[in-house]
Amino acid sequence: MAVCIAVIAKENYPLYIRSIPAEHELKFHYTVHTSLDVVDEKVSAMGKALVDQRELYLGLLYPTEDYKVYGYVTNSKVKFVMVVDSSNTALRDNEIRSMFRKLHNSYTDVMCNPFYNPGDRIHSRAFDNMVTSMMVQVC
Amino acid sequence: MADEALFLLLHNEMVTGVYKSAEQGEVVSDRCVLLAGEHGFRVGQGLIERFTKDTARFKDELDIMKFICKDFWTTVFKKQIDNLRTNHQGIYVLQDNKFRLLTQMSSGKQYLDHAPKVFHRRLGIFVEDKIL
Repeated sequence: MAVCIAVIAKENYPLYIRSIPAEHELKFHYTVHTSLDVVDEKVSAMGKALVDQRELYLGLLYPTEDYKVYGYVTNSKVKFVMVVDSSNTALRDNEIRSMFRKLHNSYTDVMCNPFYNPGDRIHSRAFDNMVTSMMVQVC
Repeated sequence: MADEALFLLLHNEMVTGVYKSAEQGEVVSDRCVLLAGEHGFRVGQGLIERFTKDTARFKDELDIMKFICKDFWTTVFKKQIDNLRTNHQGIYVLQDNKFRLLTQMSSGKQYLDHAPKVFHRRLGIFVEDKIL
């Protein structure tokens, strides 16, 4: 289960950030911000083609002692960043991929909404519900 | 095909609708062309988002242009681009000899003035490429 999910626009400002528990929100904002550098590095093919260039999923960006950060870039250069609790070892790569897939589908639906202006923050309830379902259940 | 005719008629009506609202003073008349272009741009963004969802990541500009000319054009206009030229410095010229949205217009001179309006709307869709 994810602890923080962020959608970053092409110009590197956030369209949507949500994290739980709410008191560490600033720390997660900072983490997501620093992970953008890693995303750019992976995308720019400087890594001698270690990363499969044809995939949208970027994989593990970097691990710290508390959590791991995963990234995903769409073809329109919108980035999804997901922070996952390290203690949750049961989460496999496939599950992360499918979570990003769901995120991408919901984001596409938001884009196709004629009342949504690209570049605004995302306020869609359907998107919120989908993100909630992916977040960890805090009792 | 019936559905294609519906879409063409709707598309033409939208363009004339923008111009009618200009006559009624809601919109400044020289902004009309821009407005139609903006409509197309927004439609294009949604379309592109849906289409690129499942395609592999684009490595460079050439990939993007190939995607536009082949996949995107085939899906929207049911044919491929006839000619693509570039000066290798960022300018691309796409040529379509039988642009679907204009084939229904007669080639009399009075219609040539209206053609750019329709064009700009669809052109908006390709400015989306700038985002890519």
